[in-house]
Amino acid sequence: MIADRIEQEIVIEAPPEVVWELVTDPEHVGAWFGDAAEIDLRPGGDAALTWNGMGTFLARVERVEPPRFFSFRWARPTDTPPAEGNSTLVEFSLIAEGEGTRLRVVESGFATLAGSEDERAKHFADNTEGWNVELGHLRDYAAKAGSQAR
Amino acid sequence: MERGGRDELWAAVADPTRRRLLDVLLARGEATATALAAELPVTRQGIAKHLAVLDRAGLVEARRQGREVLYAVRPEELDAATRWMAQVAAEWDARLHTIKRLAEERHERKED
Repeated sequence: MIADRIEQEIVIEAPPEVVWELVTDPEHVGAWFGDAAEIDLRPGGDAALTWNGMGTFLARVERVEPPRFFSFRWARPTDTPPAEGNSTLVEFSLIAEGEGTRLRVVESGFATLAGSEDERAKHFADNTEGWNVELGHLRDYAAKAGSQAR
Repeated sequence: MERGGRDELWAAVADPTRRRLLDVLLARGEATATALAAELPVTRQGIAKHLAVLDRAGLVEARRQGREVLYAVRPEELDAATRWMAQVAAEWDARLHTIKRLAEERHERKED
């Protein structure tokens, strides 16, 4: 039905070294991903992806293995560093295929988004409370109706 | 470019247990948390917690019948979630095509 990850791939008639530049060099990244990009290309390096009119999304480089693998974690809210619960992981694999490259991208981690466990637990408590109150009313109503019927 | 805004929906459908829960609910039409717990390797309390997340995301609705609370999938919301996921996939597809075009142009220039 719906997955925690999105996977797409394409075959490119250019060697992995050329594709690697496109995928990791901020000047190129700004051409296919948003309107401007800054990338400190090393594990743990900071990155920023800007869309005109939308704002800047912050990311952190995870793995840099030229010319085969590149991954970063980006935050969903703007101007917020990526952390547990607010970000997804993007992984690029470059696989040499003949004289070309198979480029695969996987974005994953959607299941970890949205609210801390505390918030979820609190929401659940609120919900349960709400139901208890409503069910209580219903029980009273049913009891009253029952006694009137007798 | 859609990013942010509907994270609750994402998170709700991205969890494997909740996806199975939705599948079971779709198959049964309506079910109580207790009935769902009997079909899935999750405690009734766990089921209730997952149902709360799905409810918050608008993916299920609850209805009282006597002493029971029956849950059902809201198909229109589930469709929206599916479409949204497809849109994100389409965005990546478009980006890959742009990378392909740029890489091939660059490669041809180098070879000239």
